[in-house]
Amino acid sequence: MDNILEVKNVVKQYGTYTALNSVSLQVPKGSIYGLLGPNGAGKTSLIRIINQITMPDAGEILLDGEPLSPHHISYIGYMPEERGLYKTMKVGEQALYLAQLKGMSHEEAKKQLKYWFEKFGIEGWWNKKIQELSKGMAQKIQFIVTVLHQPKLLILDEPFSGFDPVNANLIKDEIVELNKKGTSIIFSTHRMESVEEMCDYIALIHQSNKLIEGKLSDVKKEYRTNKFQVGILTNNVEGLLYDLTQKFKIGEANFKSLNDELKLEVDLGNYSQNELLQLLLQNGQVTHFTENIPSVNDIFIQTVTNRN
Amino acid sequence: MGVLKLIIKREFIAKVRNKSFIVMTFLSPLLMVALSLFIAYLANMNKGEISQIAIHDTSGILRKEFKDDEETHYIDLTGMPLKLAKETAFKSYEGLIYVPTVSNINELTKKVEYISEDSPSMESIMKMEKVIDNTLTHFNLKQLGFDATKIDAAKVDSDIHLIKFSGEDTVKGLNEIKVGIGSAFGYLIMMFIIIYGNMVMRSVIEEKTNRIIEIIVSSVKPFQLMLGKIIGTSLAGILQFAIWAIVGGVILFGVTTMFGVQTGPTATVSPEMMDMAQKEMGTLPAYIRELWNLPIATLIISFVVYFIGGYFLYSSLYAAIGAAVDSETDSQQFLLPIIMPLMLGVYVGFFTVMNDPHGTVATVFSMIPLTSPIVMLMRIPFGVPLWQLILSVVLLFGTFLAVVWFASKIYRVGILMYGKKPTWKELYKWLKY
Repeated sequence: MDNILEVKNVVKQYGTYTALNSVSLQVPKGSIYGLLGPNGAGKTSLIRIINQITMPDAGEILLDGEPLSPHHISYIGYMPEERGLYKTMKVGEQALYLAQLKGMSHEEAKKQLKYWFEKFGIEGWWNKKIQELSKGMAQKIQFIVTVLHQPKLLILDEPFSGFDPVNANLIKDEIVELNKKGTSIIFSTHRMESVEEMCDYIALIHQSNKLIEGKLSDVKKEYRTNKFQVGILTNNVEGLLYDLTQKFKIGEANFKSLNDELKLEVDLGNYSQNELLQLLLQNGQVTHFTENIPSVNDIFIQTVTNRN
Repeated sequence: MGVLKLIIKREFIAKVRNKSFIVMTFLSPLLMVALSLFIAYLANMNKGEISQIAIHDTSGILRKEFKDDEETHYIDLTGMPLKLAKETAFKSYEGLIYVPTVSNINELTKKVEYISEDSPSMESIMKMEKVIDNTLTHFNLKQLGFDATKIDAAKVDSDIHLIKFSGEDTVKGLNEIKVGIGSAFGYLIMMFIIIYGNMVMRSVIEEKTNRIIEIIVSSVKPFQLMLGKIIGTSLAGILQFAIWAIVGGVILFGVTTMFGVQTGPTATVSPEMMDMAQKEMGTLPAYIRELWNLPIATLIISFVVYFIGGYFLYSSLYAAIGAAVDSETDSQQFLLPIIMPLMLGVYVGFFTVMNDPHGTVATVFSMIPLTSPIVMLMRIPFGVPLWQLILSVVLLFGTFLAVVWFASKIYRVGILMYGKKPTWKELYKWLKY
């Protein structure tokens, strides 16, 4: 599969502090890629390098197969974590200016801008100054400004921080739609719910190093614990528990259900799921049987704490 | 290049559209003119007042010598007893000149008294003393057998004729005019640097506090942004100066013609003033000739060159400071080292160039790039050797390039730094990022 972005052994140092220690990433074309990491891990440093705001001390970056160069600026749409707009400039002029800085022609920018203004139903805002708009309104403009020049790669640094829930949803839908149309998207965040929901690929950066990278499902498989949550209605609780402990490690489980069943967490160990299931079926009515899939949050915390 | 043009345009429009720019541009020349008219009016009002001074002279020697003029009227109270004269003078007049009776007239040099509530001005004391001196001198001359009128007739008032080695005539007071012209240019540069340098700094801080800066630098190089900002702001400044020059010129022209019509026929001109005016009229062509002899072309070209060099040098420093801090209040600590050389330039210019335009101090300060735009411009009307001009300009532009490089480094790092106000040490570290 083609990669829209390849980061190869990038090193960045600020004085004696190493912000990125030989980090490599591969962002597949058309993916939604979650760049995860605690604060200060080096995410923003990496993103700034991809945006050519700063230069790496070593390593190489390929965008769409080519080494990164100034003409790639128009390929990328970037919404930084620290974002804002000129408060005293009119919305329309401002958006046109920013689009032209990205290399768009005045006419083309105007056309695109009209499209987005109609889409969000905000045609009347053209001559308003940002300071006259509410925060939520300004956030919409911020998003439009980011995607106006139809970038192939969209980089969003903590995209939902500061957005109210309504706008966050609106933006989320737009991002998914853009992705369907072929835009590759990099999310940098430490908010795991959104990653779980949207990303196909993730990478975890911690203390300047990349610790994990891959397809979200693959990463999850790697971190599976082989534990199952089971619920069973049985008259023979003691017998069942005795049988189970012969083969498996068991613990308490807690999940919601309508019955008053026995809830257990079972570690399969070297046995198969079927063996567990058979044993359960012999002893009563199974109401619940699910694998404990590690959440991205679990993986994140586990990896980071292990590392420390 | 296209991007730079866009930035320049935006900065220019943002500055020019600003309400305070419009108000400043059109209001300040009006204010200036109004202020100078007001001062002129005040000065005139003071002149019209006549102070009345009483005189009590029992000796009878001096009272006829104090003659009324435009500013002072003398009232003879010798007829009254001294006590009553004092009371009258205290009530109705500014003061009382008391001349006692003396056996030897020369004792009067020490014995004349001036009694008043407020202490008199230096000028009026000198005026009174002059009257006494003249009277007594004439008296003494007469005693010695000289004819005072003949002596007066024999008195001369010399006037040294100033000629250059090249043989041209020249006039006195030219130094002052030259200093005036040079200072005006130097001062203009300083004002422009401070006003527009501050504007550049504010604009940088604004982008930082708006948090738009990272979006911009993901599209353009920080250096381009800084350069565009400096150029755009300077264009707004040049526009403002142009408007000032035009508006100010028109207003001044209007006012002077109005004044000319009003005061012309009614003004009472004393013979003395006529004499002065004629003297000045005689030398006026010489003044004009001298002004034309000033290196005007050099002056204007140098003004432009030093203006560009000085403005860019300082405003890139201003931009770096703006990038380093989060708010204008934090900038003070860093601004001091910028303001200092500017002030130094102006003061060194005023005090040393006037005394000795080609002295060591003036020459050195016209070479140091931080002060040269001001000091050299003050020196140019006096004629500066070409090699000094060239050396100074080369130094200025060399430093300018170095400073822009240095400032853009700090700028590049600073615009993405939030929070703590950096220390000098940290700024130094940024240079190496």
